[in-house]
Formats: sequence, structure tokens, C-alpha cells
Amino acid sequence: MEEFSGIAASPGVAIGPALIYRRPALEGVKGAASGPASAELAKLDEALQRSRADLEQIKERAERELGASEAAIYDAHLLILDDPPIWEEVRARIAGGLSAPEAVRAVADHYAARFRELEDEYLRERGADLLDVADRVLRHLLGLAGPGLGALTDPVVVVARDLSPSETVTLDRTKVLALVTETGGPTSHASIVARALGIPAVVGVRDILSRIENGKELLVDGDAGRVVLEPDAREREAVAKREQEIRERQKEEAREAELPAQTLDGERVKLVANIGHPAESEAACRYGAEGVGLYRTEFLFMGRPAPPDEEEQYAAYATVVKRMAGRRVIIRTLDVGGDKPLAYLAMGAEANPFLGLRGLRLSLENPALFKVQLRALWRASHHGPLGVMFPMVSSLEEVELARRLLTEARDELRKEGVAVGSAVEVGVMIETPAAALMAAELAERVDFLSIGTNDLTQYTMAADRLNERVSHLYQPLHPAVLRLIRFVVEGAHRAGKWVGVCGELAGDPLATPLLLGLGLDELSMSPTFLPAVKRMVRSVRMAQARELAAAVLRSRTAEEVRQRLALRRA
Amino acid sequence: MRVTNKSGLHARPAALFVREARKFQSAIKVRKAGKEADAKSIVHLLTLGVSQGDEIELEVDGADEEEALGALVELIKAGLGDE
Repeated sequence: MEEFSGIAASPGVAIGPALIYRRPALEGVKGAASGPASAELAKLDEALQRSRADLEQIKERAERELGASEAAIYDAHLLILDDPPIWEEVRARIAGGLSAPEAVRAVADHYAARFRELEDEYLRERGADLLDVADRVLRHLLGLAGPGLGALTDPVVVVARDLSPSETVTLDRTKVLALVTETGGPTSHASIVARALGIPAVVGVRDILSRIENGKELLVDGDAGRVVLEPDAREREAVAKREQEIRERQKEEAREAELPAQTLDGERVKLVANIGHPAESEAACRYGAEGVGLYRTEFLFMGRPAPPDEEEQYAAYATVVKRMAGRRVIIRTLDVGGDKPLAYLAMGAEANPFLGLRGLRLSLENPALFKVQLRALWRASHHGPLGVMFPMVSSLEEVELARRLLTEARDELRKEGVAVGSAVEVGVMIETPAAALMAAELAERVDFLSIGTNDLTQYTMAADRLNERVSHLYQPLHPAVLRLIRFVVEGAHRAGKWVGVCGELAGDPLATPLLLGLGLDELSMSPTFLPAVKRMVRSVRMAQARELAAAVLRSRTAEEVRQRLALRRA
Repeated sequence: MRVTNKSGLHARPAALFVREARKFQSAIKVRKAGKEADAKSIVHLLTLGVSQGDEIELEVDGADEEEALGALVELIKAGLGDE
């Protein structure tokens, strides 16, 4: 038995066999042992054959589950795998003394550079297919090829260095018992997805990959941030007991879901859910959400070779609107950027993707794609109250432009005789200091504001939450962030509009009294956090919450803020 | 000859072209603006960067060269599968 500690990222416990998921790293390529050229050539041929078998299997699965047009990308990959001159070049480099992995890497990088030089943006992006195929061959060459995360046959605990957004999208949610990553924090993508799907997760577990093996039993405790290798009988018993407790807690929470979110002195606040997949509207209802405050639409767009068409988007949005049965659903338009690239959208390499073409900026650059989403949203609004929210806004002009396209989409649909709702609410996400400081002016042009505390913190503190060396500066409870939030609330209320928080902060019960005191009208969080936050709302007086907020706003450091909040709780 | 289809030699038209070329034994080269590509290589062909209206040159050399040239010219004239 060996114990590892990390950051508790998604609650729950699970025991199961480990599945190590790795991407081949360049380091592995450089250190790869090299045999005589003939042996390296044989290894290459075997890796090519295995890659072909993989691709044919994936293509078949994609055709079956997604349709022929979606499977076309794997045809392109197979064509590259059978590209005679390319693999001849690899063989020539092996004959010249390189190891097979080095030769594959060198040739792939050479052509990837040629792709990058092309003027045609679409063709330039095809370099990604080549690199994808090269990665697959390298995985086989380096013995790192396991089953993909989308094609698991038995329940496993996935252990990885980190998971990219596109990898998390392909997770087979029915087979992943728990998730463990070496890097990342509570707001990294893997953590958010794990919580959304209700999969226990521990992140930031240093060096675990080098100390475990595939198939070894792992216990993952997503509440305590613990991972135990080959747990003993006592640990297993404890887990069985915890599972029983969790079931009982869930029953209790179901009872509480019926109670109103109201302070002791009778003030109401709206508690709503963040979801990323239509299926999660089930969880939202189960935990008593009064609506959906943030439906992230990215997942619909990621991990696929072509964008979803209007019908597919409409079906997803309408599913949520219908399921919420009259409770308002706020849908955020596509929010991706250079850190979550889409295969079919040429984004180009950016030195600073977080300051680049992302969120609404990207949508405005691709009006055709944006229009499809806006049309689908209007059509879904026919089934119930719906809000449209624009992400990553830094200026009023962007909002004006987006509103114009939204109106155009409605007029088009009406002209075509397609049923649309009589109105949708329009909102802006406040994620940049610029938007926060212009909150009143923005609020005058829209129906509501929603503060995305994760990005607002990142852009205010100028600290990347995924960079372990500066993540200590990423403090959602920093007075700088809280003062901006207060400023936004005042601006929105002056314009007579409501304002909510839809970042991680909204789901932290410790912050609930503070957020109430700051005057937020709506808190939107992962469904699983709703019961704890509601319990907190029901235990405070608004008058005290306001006093607390006033005191907190005078703090000088995040530490002082935390002390004041903890004091209140004690 | 001139490539007239809407998207030039984009992924799908290029794939069609490569598959056709691979049916023949002859060595087939595609040239554009001084650059040369092996017609049986999708990577070569895509990195040649052929857009609509570009002038390309085909060179076919081998036992079935005439058939090969005829089939490829026909394919380009027919718009490479574009609608």
C-alpha cells in the first residue's frame, strides 16, 4: 500500500484498476534506445501496421456512431499513413543513423513546418492531421499506446499527466471510475469536467505516473485529495462505508432541493446550475436548480472534425430548455480560443492565446459559424425562457455587433416561417477588467450581466491558474477581484438589471455570505454544489452578510479576506 | 492546366486525386510555381498549396503514363468531386 496526496478536485470515492494515459513526449523520442537500422526499420513497419489497425477501428466506430461525414477525418489519417514518399523519407533517415522515433519526429516536423508556411489558412491547418498521425505512430514505437480514452471496455481509474479539453471530451463516461492527474488545479479543465460528470477526481498528484503500473488497484478519494495504491482491507471497508454515507447524503440533499434559497431574514437569491452537456440538466433538476445560469456549448463543438450543424445544436439546446420546464436557461455562445483549438476553425498560432482570438472575438471573426449557433438558439427559445450570453467581452462595440447578428438570425428565421420564441434575454459575461469597469454602460445595452470569476481573476491578477509557479497569485478572493465584483453589481443595479456569478466562486459555500452581501442576484454553480450553498444561504442574515462584505472590501490581502470569512463561519 | 474547382486542392479533392494517382504504376509529379510534389503523396500535394485558379503542371513517366495522365486530367476537369 502506498499513499499519494493531491488536490481534491471532484467529490466521491472509487476503487478500480489504473489505466495510465500518456501522450508521447519529445523527451521520450530523444532518449529512445536505437538498435541497428534493420531493427529500427522493422519496428517502424510494425508501428505503422498497428497504427493502421487503430485507425480502421476508430473510423468504423466513428461511422457507426457519428455518421460517414464525421468519419472522413480518419480517412485522411489513413491516407497519410499510406503516403509512400513520406515513409520512404523516414526510412532513409533511419538508414542514415537515426532511431525510428527520431526519424518519424524529424520528418513530421519538417512537413509540419511546410504546412505552416502555406498562405491558405485551411490548408495550413491540415498540418494537424500529419502531426496527429505521427503522434499515433510514435505512441506505438515508444510502447506508450494504450487503449484510447474513448474506447474503454472495462471500468478503470484514468491516470494522466494532464488531460487536454479534447481528450476529456472523448472520455467514455460510463467506464471512467475516477480521474487522477499529475498537474492542474481545481479549475483546470479535467477538474471541471470531472465535477460536471460526477466522477471523483484528484489532481496535482506529483510523480504518480512513475510509481504505478497499468492494472494496479487504485483508491481515489476525491473529497480528501488522496490516492492509495493497492489499498488494504481496512481502506476498502472505509470506502464501502463512505459510499453508503454518500448515498444517504444524496437522499438528504434531494429532500433539501425542495426548500427555497432564502436567508433567515427572508431575502431570496436565485441558485442555478452550470452545465456543459444536455444530460447534466438531469443533475440540475435533482439538486433543485431554479434554472440554468451557464450552459457551456463548447463540448458540442470540440473533439470532432466539423462543426455541429443548426439541427444538432437546436436539438441539444431544446433538450435542456424542455427539461428545465419553464425555468430560464442561459446559454453561452461558443467560448474557445487558442488553448482549446477546434480542428475545423483555422485559428493560427498565437503567442498569447489567453489574450488572443477567443470567446465572442472568435465568433465575430467567423460570422457564418456564429449565425448557425444564434439561429439554433432562437429556435430553442420557442420551447421556453432562454437567455443568450456572450463570453470574453472587452468592449461595447462587440456587444452591439453580436446583438445585430442575433437580430438578423431571428429575422431570417421568421422570414423562413420557422418558429422562434417571442424574445430571448441577452447578457454579457464579465471576465475582463475592461468589461467590469464598463459594467454600467454594458448593462444599459443588455438584460443581465454574469461574472465569470475564473477568467476575471486570471485577467485581474495576470496569473495563469494552470502555471504552478504563479498559481499562488490566482486568488478569486483577492480584494482586487472582489472590488471589481462590487463595482459590477453597482453598475448593473444602477441600470436596473440583474447580475449573477457563474464562476467557481459561486459554488464555494465559504464565499456565499460574501457574495450575498456584495448584492449578487444569482449564483450559478455545478449542480453538486447547490445543496451546500443553499444550506449556507438559509443559515445567514442578509444584514450580516452586507456587514461582512463591507469589511471584506476593506481587506488588503486575499489572506485577510479568507480570515474574515473563516471567522464568520466559526 | 488550370485547377478550376471551387476549393483548389483542399483535403477532399486532394485525397481523391491521390487515390486516383495511386492506381497507376507510373511516377507522377505535380508542379506549381517551381515547386514539385509526388502525386501519390497527400502530404506533398497539400503542402504544394494549390488554390482555385492556380496553374499546375503534370508529369507522368512510366508504363501506364498515357492512361494515368488521361484519368488525372479528366478528374481535374470534372471539378475534383466538388459540387
